Amino acid sequence: MSEPTVRAAERVDLLTAETSEGAQELQRRDLTPSNELGREVGAVLRLDGRVLDARSIDVERPDDETMILNMGPSHPSTHGVLRLMLELDGEFVLRTKPVIGYLHTGMEKTGEELSYVQGATNVTRMDYLSPVINELSYSLAVEKLLGVEIPERATWIRMMMSELNRISSHLVWMATNGMDLGSSSMMIYGLRERELVLAFFEKTAGLRMNLNYVRPGGVAADLPDGWQDDVTVICDTIYERTFEYDQLLTGQPIFRQRMIGVAPIMAEEALALGVTGPLLRSTGVAWDLRRTMPYLAYDQVEFDVIVGTYGDNFDRYAIRLNEIRESIRIVRQCVEMMPAGDYRSQDPKVTPPPRARIGESMEALIHHFKLFTEGFRVPAGEVYSAVESPRGELGCYLVADGGAKPWRIHVRAPSFVNLQAVPLLMRGGSISDAITVISTVDPVLGEVDR
Amino acid sequence: MDAPGAGRRQTGDAQVIDLPVDAPAGVIVADAPATDVACFPTRDQYVALVAAFKASGYEMCSDLCAVDYLGHDDRPLPEGVAATRFEVVVNLLSLTKRSRVRVRVQAGDAPEVDSLFALYPGVEAMEREAFDLMGVIFHGHPDLTRILMPEDWEGHPLRKDYAVGRVPVQFKEAPGPR
Repeated sequence: MSEPTVRAAERVDLLTAETSEGAQELQRRDLTPSNELGREVGAVLRLDGRVLDARSIDVERPDDETMILNMGPSHPSTHGVLRLMLELDGEFVLRTKPVIGYLHTGMEKTGEELSYVQGATNVTRMDYLSPVINELSYSLAVEKLLGVEIPERATWIRMMMSELNRISSHLVWMATNGMDLGSSSMMIYGLRERELVLAFFEKTAGLRMNLNYVRPGGVAADLPDGWQDDVTVICDTIYERTFEYDQLLTGQPIFRQRMIGVAPIMAEEALALGVTGPLLRSTGVAWDLRRTMPYLAYDQVEFDVIVGTYGDNFDRYAIRLNEIRESIRIVRQCVEMMPAGDYRSQDPKVTPPPRARIGESMEALIHHFKLFTEGFRVPAGEVYSAVESPRGELGCYLVADGGAKPWRIHVRAPSFVNLQAVPLLMRGGSISDAITVISTVDPVLGEVDR
Repeated sequence: MDAPGAGRRQTGDAQVIDLPVDAPAGVIVADAPATDVACFPTRDQYVALVAAFKASGYEMCSDLCAVDYLGHDDRPLPEGVAATRFEVVVNLLSLTKRSRVRVRVQAGDAPEVDSLFALYPGVEAMEREAFDLMGVIFHGHPDLTRILMPEDWEGHPLRKDYAVGRVPVQFKEAPGPR
């Protein structure tokens, strides 16, 4: 029976070789170039002549006094397949390196193989917590190149669905963040409330997630009958319950101790790293694309941009909680101000003929068939369209060469960029802070890896 | 900040952009089809131009990616820009001016440009991604390793001469993909 033991030992070697990411991993300190070492210990602004602050850590100490810990890729608090390599001095983090790519499925390459009509089904799967906003960014880019006018009702439907999506995304964040900090009731509450929004999505678009609802030219379907009542119920219920979350978390001593003053980031550091979204706003920079570079009809609705002061975990929590309330405010205004009219452009180039016409007209049938097999051609050009996703600036850089498929589609994923702030936020913290850092950065790995 | 009109250039009826005063001489500016303005520096002007933009208030580099224009050497580019196969596209954002500017640099057929890491530390991941998927070499990047693909992967998958992998549909007892 000695054979199995030998095999197991062999397997360990094999396993190590198979899972090793080589140079992508955290290297020995004396082999790491100083620039990279600075990044890993979170000294972002040292290039401007600044030195590490008092929280800085002793990177000179010998390697054998410290320990490398792999957190993830399958760790419950990493919200997916994020792998963080931490170098620890006892309980404290010396340096951090995120190793990503475990969920890479080549969606940008796939996007080049899909027609513009199919493209929305691809991008909607990137940030799976905010599918509508992904589709929106893509559709706006395509429409900019096409020069198609979008009817007002479609714009408002898009805006309302985006805000509902933002609510549901932040609710998942509230839930998982509560879970990470030991409040499993919050997990249940957050997902319970999100279900209200998803049920409305299902009623409207037919799917709960990955809707393919916002498409170039408008939206896929008009809002269902009685949508005003549904949306109002969602708004009333969730608004009321945000105050329950306040009771459950905001004032809770353990929660506060783990959030307040933990993992702060400065505005200059956030800007240098290209960090956007709640992470940037927590430092006091009032940068929200909905307000500062309005798209859709955000300049016609009233809402506040929530900013923090200290850039710590608690600010990021408070911003997301209050953004739920602001989004509810926007949705209520959408219900009031929703214009009548078409829900998609009547430009036959991008919009299929109505179902009733297909039964009676051969031309309509051919047109329908052509649109969904060949798709439409988009004039050559390149465009960058950015929208505010729940995680920050979601950009879509689209290069068209005049054909029916994009020549290049690049998605600027906010989580991908925000992840670079993790080493900085981890600096000098303990392992238990690492959990809260991952949680408040809120990466969606589908979007990070694409 | 610049004096108004300093370094202003105009091409035809294109939109107008204020190039920063300390921008390298001879940078070509043209309007993009939609709303953004694009600058076309040469590889030598690239970092200096971005540095000038940073000094004039573009605090954030919101996006950096590479594009493979294989077989599209005749694409519309402003006069004086020699098309190469690869292009590195940088989107800069100014929070104070609330404006974006796009920098498109022709990176050559065996693409290599200087890294923007010293100006914007946030391009680290984006340049690694461009290297990993498109094979662009960024000189001066602190850690130019693969980021999304496995360490031992061969080739750069977003290149146009890299075929899309196809895995046959799995029927019972059919041979596996490998």
